[in-house]
Amino acid sequence: MNLLAQQDGMTHTQQLLADDPIWLVLLKVVVLFAVGVVLTLFMINWERKVVGRMQQRPGPNRTGPGGWLQSLADGLKLAFKEDIMPVLADKKVYFLAPVISTIPAFVAFSVIPFGGEVSIFGERTVLQLVDLPVGVLVVLACSSIGVYGIVLGGWASGNPYSLLGALRSAAQVISYEIALGLSVVGVILYAGSLSTADIVEAQSGGWYFYLLLPSFVIFVISMVGETNRAPFDLPEAESELVGGFHTEYTSLKFALFFLAEYVNMVTVSAMATTLFLGGGRIPFLGPVNGWIEFVVFIAKTLLFLFLFIWLRGTLPRFRYDQFMKLGWKVLVPVALIWTMIVFAIRVFRTTTGAESTAALVIAIVLGFAAVLTIAFMLPDRTEDAADVELASSYPVPPLDLAPPGRSRKRIARATPDPEPALTGKED
Amino acid sequence: MILAQVADSTAGNAGVGEAIVFWILGPVALAAAVAMIFARNAVHSALFLVLTMLSLAVLYMMQQAPFLGFVQIIVYTGAVMMLFLFVLMLVGRDSADSVVEVLRGQRVWAAILGLGFALLLVAGVGRTMFAVPSAGLGARAGNGNLTGIGQLVFTEYVWPFELTAALLMTSALGALVLAFAQRKPRERNGQRAAVIARLRGDRISPLPGPGVYATANSVAVPALLPDGSIAPESLSEILEGHEVDETPRPPADGHSLQGRRKELEPPSELASSAIDTAPGRSRPTSASEEER
Repeated sequence: MNLLAQQDGMTHTQQLLADDPIWLVLLKVVVLFAVGVVLTLFMINWERKVVGRMQQRPGPNRTGPGGWLQSLADGLKLAFKEDIMPVLADKKVYFLAPVISTIPAFVAFSVIPFGGEVSIFGERTVLQLVDLPVGVLVVLACSSIGVYGIVLGGWASGNPYSLLGALRSAAQVISYEIALGLSVVGVILYAGSLSTADIVEAQSGGWYFYLLLPSFVIFVISMVGETNRAPFDLPEAESELVGGFHTEYTSLKFALFFLAEYVNMVTVSAMATTLFLGGGRIPFLGPVNGWIEFVVFIAKTLLFLFLFIWLRGTLPRFRYDQFMKLGWKVLVPVALIWTMIVFAIRVFRTTTGAESTAALVIAIVLGFAAVLTIAFMLPDRTEDAADVELASSYPVPPLDLAPPGRSRKRIARATPDPEPALTGKED
Repeated sequence: MILAQVADSTAGNAGVGEAIVFWILGPVALAAAVAMIFARNAVHSALFLVLTMLSLAVLYMMQQAPFLGFVQIIVYTGAVMMLFLFVLMLVGRDSADSVVEVLRGQRVWAAILGLGFALLLVAGVGRTMFAVPSAGLGARAGNGNLTGIGQLVFTEYVWPFELTAALLMTSALGALVLAFAQRKPRERNGQRAAVIARLRGDRISPLPGPGVYATANSVAVPALLPDGSIAPESLSEILEGHEVDETPRPPADGHSLQGRRKELEPPSELASSAIDTAPGRSRPTSASEEER
């Protein structure tokens, strides 16, 4: 293996993983699956509790200690419910769709670097299943396969609502995957590698969430869009589409869709941790014990998962055109420009050396000033006010109604008091 | 795992793992390709093509080209085929639709061009298989597959790369122009214009909902006006409006947004609407209007 390592230029992590015996690989696979399922059960409960608190109610508190077994009970009940096959359904595709959406969600787990080097039953290894040289792409590929599950599920149900939900989902995930991919480019350029373990390693000098702030912001926004979560949960907008793509699904098939959604959330949160929060590393400390890194990694992932819940409890759902506009007209251009800037800075640093930081800062300031000047010189877009004419006699307030210039208090003071209400005195 | 198998095959001759994967995925890819041609349903065809692409992607990965493999999944399977599927689902065409020849001489030309393309492919691929000596990955890719591809694309092959990018850009722009050319500029002016248009129109209030009565709880039942007549606006465009007591008809095509299947329509319309798939066409003739 040493000879091969020299030949391929393998990293230390890759060498350790390549030496894993088969039982260890199987163990890791089982544990990864368990982590996915347990985190899903935990997440559902946590979400209900947190959203409950945000709405001034306790949330589930009956089943198990503190209500923490509620989602387990719900899951078990779901499995024993009647499995309904709609008359109009395309039987095979209808059956296949939940499976297609669940499997990639778990596959994406395999490249997440959960922790550092540890010893399991005397075998040195890393808390990660594989470390591919294209690890980040694996996650993107898995999410693009996962959409097939949603789209096919919606189509095979034979229900217009489901189909509309599926089409929305396809458009949404493709659009936001572009922004997501572009935001990762900056990280890849700085880390100089696509392998997740290398990216964590490269952040020992500083985490990318502040070094590459625009990338981080774009990644976080588009990861919410990518996982179809509120406020971007248009594919299953219950106020418009009944249940969206899974309207017709029941029993275990529905449970699989549910599982896939939550596992995807965990995956993108873990990716955000890996790419921007330095994986399992603790700030100002070098690599520590692998198991401690595992705990830190999970804690950071939970931070992002809490963000998902928080968003859901706070923000209303986007309108579809606003949502697409945000993706294509804001996130993608900003990500492109930011990538260009990162390219420029990297090229400047590598060609002129490290001592020219002052020159770099001056160049950035000058460029920024130039952009600002041009932006100020551009004329503002004037909007021609539409002349309002009402054709129907339906009673509506005038469209050109101007808001009152004075504050309410002053209006109240200026207008005389209305007639006092009738009281018993006057009788 | 995968890495170990990849490492095995660096030694020159193909490893056992690679051979096993090839003999599993090769037949799968071929069978899926054949099934794609013979599948009766267009969506099933697309899915078989996806299966072929995925098998090829895994084969690429086994050939020490993980980047190519994953890009194949992301770009072809994830984006291109998904858009294709998107269109198929929106249009909702059955294999029966394609019996009518839309363009004259389409089949003949398709056969000629297909044969020509096959010849070209066989000639090209055959030449690379026998005439061109294989240099091996180590000679060009140097420091790993990813870096090797990056270096080649941005140094030696930068001109073809840019040309391809320009071609794709042009076609994307062309598609945009074609799609938006039929629309008048500033036609959709946002919320304010929509409100004004609504106020100027005949109906300010929303359309009436469907009728739900003790005898029927179907969304396809029309609502009744105060005088007992049927409110035609209450029928959804994509649902069939029919009385519940009626003799059962064949169900609407639930897999598309086009309303009823074509063969269920009156025969006079069938001839004229072989091409026409405009969404507005399938406004239901509805029992309500027949009743009057």
